[in-house]
Amino acid sequence: MSKVDTLTLAGASPQYLAWLARERRGQRVVRGTQLAILLVFLVLWEVLPKALIVNPVLTSYPSALWPTFLELLKSTPQQASILVHTWATVLATVLGFTGAMVLGTAVAATLWWWNALYKVLDPYLVVANAMPKTAFVPIFYIWLGATLSIYGMSLAISVFITILMIYSGFQGIDPNKIKLAQTFGATKGQILRKVVLPGSVPTLLAALKVNAGLSLVGVVVGEFQSANLGLGYLIQYGAQIFKMNIVMTGITILAIVSSLMYLAISWLETAVMRRR
Amino acid sequence: MAAPAASPKVELRNVNLRYFGIEGETEALKDVSISIAPGEFVAIIGQSGCGKSTLLSLISGILLPTGGAVLVDGKPVTGPNRKVGYMLQQDYLFEWRTILENAVLGAEIQGADMAKASARATALLTRYGLGQFLHHLPRQLSGGMRQRVALARTLCTEPDIVLLDEPFAALDSQTRLALSDEVAVILRRERKTAILVTHDIGEAVSMAERVIVLSRRPGRVKSDHAIRFAAAARPTPLAARNAPEFNDYFNTLWQELEVHVEG
Repeated sequence: MSKVDTLTLAGASPQYLAWLARERRGQRVVRGTQLAILLVFLVLWEVLPKALIVNPVLTSYPSALWPTFLELLKSTPQQASILVHTWATVLATVLGFTGAMVLGTAVAATLWWWNALYKVLDPYLVVANAMPKTAFVPIFYIWLGATLSIYGMSLAISVFITILMIYSGFQGIDPNKIKLAQTFGATKGQILRKVVLPGSVPTLLAALKVNAGLSLVGVVVGEFQSANLGLGYLIQYGAQIFKMNIVMTGITILAIVSSLMYLAISWLETAVMRRR
Repeated sequence: MAAPAASPKVELRNVNLRYFGIEGETEALKDVSISIAPGEFVAIIGQSGCGKSTLLSLISGILLPTGGAVLVDGKPVTGPNRKVGYMLQQDYLFEWRTILENAVLGAEIQGADMAKASARATALLTRYGLGQFLHHLPRQLSGGMRQRVALARTLCTEPDIVLLDEPFAALDSQTRLALSDEVAVILRRERKTAILVTHDIGEAVSMAERVIVLSRRPGRVKSDHAIRFAAAARPTPLAARNAPEFNDYFNTLWQELEVHVEG
């Protein structure tokens, strides 16, 4: 079987070259369209308020964001720098989803170990997962105080879905792989460490993706209520004093933070899955 | 029944096995008595669902009989036994482990000396023509190569008894013939006691020196055939398929199985 090196393309058939060109053109069209959508959005956001078709007080403009951002960078006695706010939000999010991953994996492993425990707890887990966790924001504030309540919400919002996802991943391991380990006399602990956990890495990554997004939601909603720091707080503050520039800058930074988180997880996924 | 001269390597005495489920119980094996001598290569054939695989699970100790006794080297089986290696219907290689890491899995689980196990696995894999794939991942190998890795994984723990549960069923027919030939030769050379479960009569006759036919569920020993070839040395499985006796054995066993389709 002859294989053509994509880098040099020496000896490639004209049909292959044509196919390759079509593929690349297709890719460019997709990227171009994606970029165009973003541009149209930004232009409309800039032009519609400027033309007073929509009320600029309600929407602000993209061009107003950068000066606002520079303004917010400075820390004043009344207001911490936006970098400090961003850091607080990122820290709480990372702590939340990391905690949810660790706790979720531990609980899922315990449930896998004692199937009877899973049978007992199953309905409670399903209900706990379906509950709108953000309803607990005020209670968490009373119980845990300003900072810890944010961390608590960040964890609480993602831990139940993590448990359920990882547990079902554990259940999905091919029973024949477990049987194989048993034929060598594997103990339950060995089956967990050598078959179930390594076999569930794709599930763990999927849980992490869901998790990170949810934790960010938990943090922002928590900050609306209880914090004097964080992007959620900044957005809430901006809305109260009716400064849309602050609100929109905060939201834009949130969008950037969640994109970066998504990229980091995708990178991790590629790095881990390269071995598979 | 061909009575083995030496004390049996594997013995099943009036073994019964019932599976329990909410909807009821299933009698998989009923009053099965089989005695297998050291170094013997036995094939067990029967239709699907006759309890062939159950029989292997009992010998390997991952399943205990509901009645009767299973003995290996004269001792009752109470759990997985290091003397017994088990090759399943598919390779079940762990996709996150390299070929070498897969081959030493059993040794790792049994807490063996890993340096020795690695050396042994490397030697086995090299002998099976996989020397340059030691650090590849299973997905980079063909079905036949993967099943050879599974064989190395089984033999790496140095079992005396090798159980083969239709280990070639998932392969295409050419690979299947070539690999069953290879495996039979390897197991004979290493003087392993081998028990092959299959529903392929040709495979049973060509590989084994004794074929046991199980009846339909609940499985019982229906008949027990010694397979002898006139040739001085036992022919390899591929050669055996061309021996004049092959067709006679094939037809006899075919009729044995056929009876159950009708009855």
